[in-house]
Amino acid sequence: MNSHVKNLTPETTDLSRRSFLVGTAATGLVLGYAGVPGIESAAAAAPANFEPSVWYAISPDGLVTVTCGKADMGQHIASTMAQIVCEELGAKWSDMRVQLASNDPKFNDPVLGAQITGGSWSTMMNFEAMSRAGAAGRIALTEAAAAAMGLPPYFKDQLVVRDSVILHPKSKKQMTFAEIVKSGKATKAFTPDELKAIKLKTPDQYTMVGVSVPQLDIPSKTNGTAKYGIDVMLPGMVYGKVVTPPVRFGATVKSVDDSEAKKVPGFIKAVILDDKTGTTSGWVVAVANTYANARRAADALKIAYDGGPNAKLSSQSLLDEAKRLQKLEDSGQFFVKDGDPVAAFGSAAKVVEAEYTTSINIHAPLEPMNATAEFKGDILHIYSGNQFATRSGAIAAGAAGIDPKFVVMHQHWLGGGFGRRLDADMMIPAVQAAKAVGKPVKVIYSRENDMTMDFSRPLTYQKVKAGVDGDGKLIAISHDVVSAWPTARWGIPDFLTPSVDKKGPLDSFTVNGADFFYTVPNHYVRAIKNELAHNATPSGQLRSVAPGWTFWAVESMIDEIAAATGKDPAQFRISLLDGAGKNDGGAQRLRNTLLAAMGLSGYGTKQLPKGEGMGVACVSSQERASASWTACVAHVAVAPSGAVTVKKLTVATDVGTQVHPDNIRAQVEGAALWGLSLAMYEKATLKDGGIEQTNFDSYTPLRMSQTPEVAVAVIANGEKATGVGEPAVTVVAPAIGNAIFNASGARVRALPITAEAVKASMKA
Amino acid sequence: MPTLTINGRSLSVDAANDTPLLWAIREQLQMTGTKFGCGAGLCGACTVHVNGEAVRSCQTMVGDVAGKKITTIEGLSAKGDHPLQKAWIAEQVPQCGYCQSGQIMQAASLLAKNPNPTKEEVVAHMDGNLCRCMTYSRIQKAIMRAASEMRTASATSSERRPT
Repeated sequence: MNSHVKNLTPETTDLSRRSFLVGTAATGLVLGYAGVPGIESAAAAAPANFEPSVWYAISPDGLVTVTCGKADMGQHIASTMAQIVCEELGAKWSDMRVQLASNDPKFNDPVLGAQITGGSWSTMMNFEAMSRAGAAGRIALTEAAAAAMGLPPYFKDQLVVRDSVILHPKSKKQMTFAEIVKSGKATKAFTPDELKAIKLKTPDQYTMVGVSVPQLDIPSKTNGTAKYGIDVMLPGMVYGKVVTPPVRFGATVKSVDDSEAKKVPGFIKAVILDDKTGTTSGWVVAVANTYANARRAADALKIAYDGGPNAKLSSQSLLDEAKRLQKLEDSGQFFVKDGDPVAAFGSAAKVVEAEYTTSINIHAPLEPMNATAEFKGDILHIYSGNQFATRSGAIAAGAAGIDPKFVVMHQHWLGGGFGRRLDADMMIPAVQAAKAVGKPVKVIYSRENDMTMDFSRPLTYQKVKAGVDGDGKLIAISHDVVSAWPTARWGIPDFLTPSVDKKGPLDSFTVNGADFFYTVPNHYVRAIKNELAHNATPSGQLRSVAPGWTFWAVESMIDEIAAATGKDPAQFRISLLDGAGKNDGGAQRLRNTLLAAMGLSGYGTKQLPKGEGMGVACVSSQERASASWTACVAHVAVAPSGAVTVKKLTVATDVGTQVHPDNIRAQVEGAALWGLSLAMYEKATLKDGGIEQTNFDSYTPLRMSQTPEVAVAVIANGEKATGVGEPAVTVVAPAIGNAIFNASGARVRALPITAEAVKASMKA
Repeated sequence: MPTLTINGRSLSVDAANDTPLLWAIREQLQMTGTKFGCGAGLCGACTVHVNGEAVRSCQTMVGDVAGKKITTIEGLSAKGDHPLQKAWIAEQVPQCGYCQSGQIMQAASLLAKNPNPTKEEVVAHMDGNLCRCMTYSRIQKAIMRAASEMRTASATSSERRPT
């Protein structure tokens, strides 16, 4: 699948064409689909606007509209991009607006060269580009103002730019951005080299970055006006409801009997999907004049399926296969290969071994998957909220049988993403139904479709073995990670990672985090693809991805080693974070973050009541190169029944530079609660090839009554800004597991944690 | 064609009586602030008021609400300035925002009856409303802020009233 993805990219990486030109000529830079006659670019602004960069335009009334190429799923990234532009541009915050980019390649991420939102990458990877874009605009406006004020160009350095006003203090002359744009005199163009040469502000000069300005999207999310994909209304539009088979993947439709559906008023057609992209299997979409009627018609269809090769599989069979693969010597590929753990185990004074598992988990964003497709002439318009326009546009094109350059994606606010909307499955029924009925079609999944057809967090099985020498020093770890490979499913080689043993690429989004910052001289990490699970439960990237399971294993094991050697688990971690060799810098930041969390929680400072305990964990999620150093102290109470109450989570995170302190706290708290939800409340299971949980009665994310106090400490030490949407997810489960051990002596190794498992381990 | 009294207007909808109110509101009336989340009364995203009571519009049929007073997020206040909406902005509650219409409507039905709720009463009243971004603590804070503002406003207005 996805060989057609390649069609999209060539022209997108051409930096010289990438729009950092100043002046209205920018509208001539439009690439890709916008070259097709009759298509208006989302950024094609009225000629009177000043577009200092592809990323924003200033209108004659002085409003600055930033175009966000990132999917905004609640992380307020559009507002954050506007804030970074605003800092260097010198605009007034109340003049800032945001709009969401189309899939025009000119809006590609400047670092990634594609439109993809994930990995907690956005702020880190766009900070410089947005800063330079903002600064370019300020320079152009300043030069134009200097000319208008009759000052020689070299006087421009005497001008002060603040709150959308350019002031010459000596002469007291001033012009607003609006006046300059109206004059049409701001036309300076910047080459990429000139852009690069712009001297950006130093942090001590910041007046916007680091300030918790009101998020630009929030008012529209309190009065019902924010438009999500599901809210799209097109003239002549009809509705599609998918009917998905009882098997998650691999089923085929044998026959469809629509005789009962035909009795539903408004029923138009049942369309069997012919999905050559390999994204769906055995899907039918019932099309009708309203969604209610489409649902009625869908329920009335009688469909016979061939269950296909996965129809007998269960969670247990996926786990059994994982265990079988792990035992094979030649399974998988090495992600880390330092020293020789096997030899070290031979000489170790003590060896600790354990298996850790996580269950299938479902994204379940509250806005069910949906997409609206409309063919207009040669152009396929897709209306949806999506995290991966570059690939999703290609999938939609594949479903339509057209070249991706003829697909225009209309981005919307995402009613939750969490990685689910990296996928494009919802576009396929919309496209094929629109084609079949000759009308725009909005397809909305029922919650049952959404849950049973999720690209889930895969079931994982990890085996970790640790060796300690006679002095109690950790000398070796071998760590096997067996799972479906979510990123391999994309078929985009650039997203895979070469293995250190040169056995071909591996999906590092299954093992990230296992390459921790502890000093362990002999360290293996093996990534093993569970092909059976990969085919039966096509997996996706669920908020925090691999570190959500790798740190569950690593941080539990570190505690187990500490317990086996009679050490305090926090002090043991600090001793391992010595910053030797490749861990220099990161290890010390993580150590400091752990100390901050310990301090804020009062770890070790007081005697807790019987049955209560605190546990620590610290992580370098998401990836070594883009880590936000995060530590957690969980405080739990464990009842004799094994029931666990999480009393408080204390999270400290080192994010380098804070763009928006309040948003960081909101994201870290939300992420920590996701971590809690995954640790305690969320479990999906496979039976007879299908996901058993269908709605929020059986798949049960955290509710308000289950929400403990979350204390957050944010460390901003002036290093590069890192991401905050995900890392705190990964630190919570092991902190809770370790707290349970300290409270009750019970060691749990499977997520989610159940009272039964705790009780069983207490007895053991 | 059933007629709905919604946000103070009488509107006829081309929908069978057994159509969920949610879809009549969203598709027929094109008021999209009320959201579809689960279709089973489990998440609260579709919460509206019927005669002042918070109900799940995905579980309420058009035929059952004819003649009753329906309020959606669009009709909660004239300018989006209900004390809860203002508090939602002040506390910067929404992340993705998708559940927040339902959260606000659910909270509004609490404060209409109980101007001084305890934290426990807030939790009990709001527990049927899922927030997948897990903004729960800010939702609580915003409800308390709005309750306090509403009490102050009503105290002020009753002071002005001659007795």
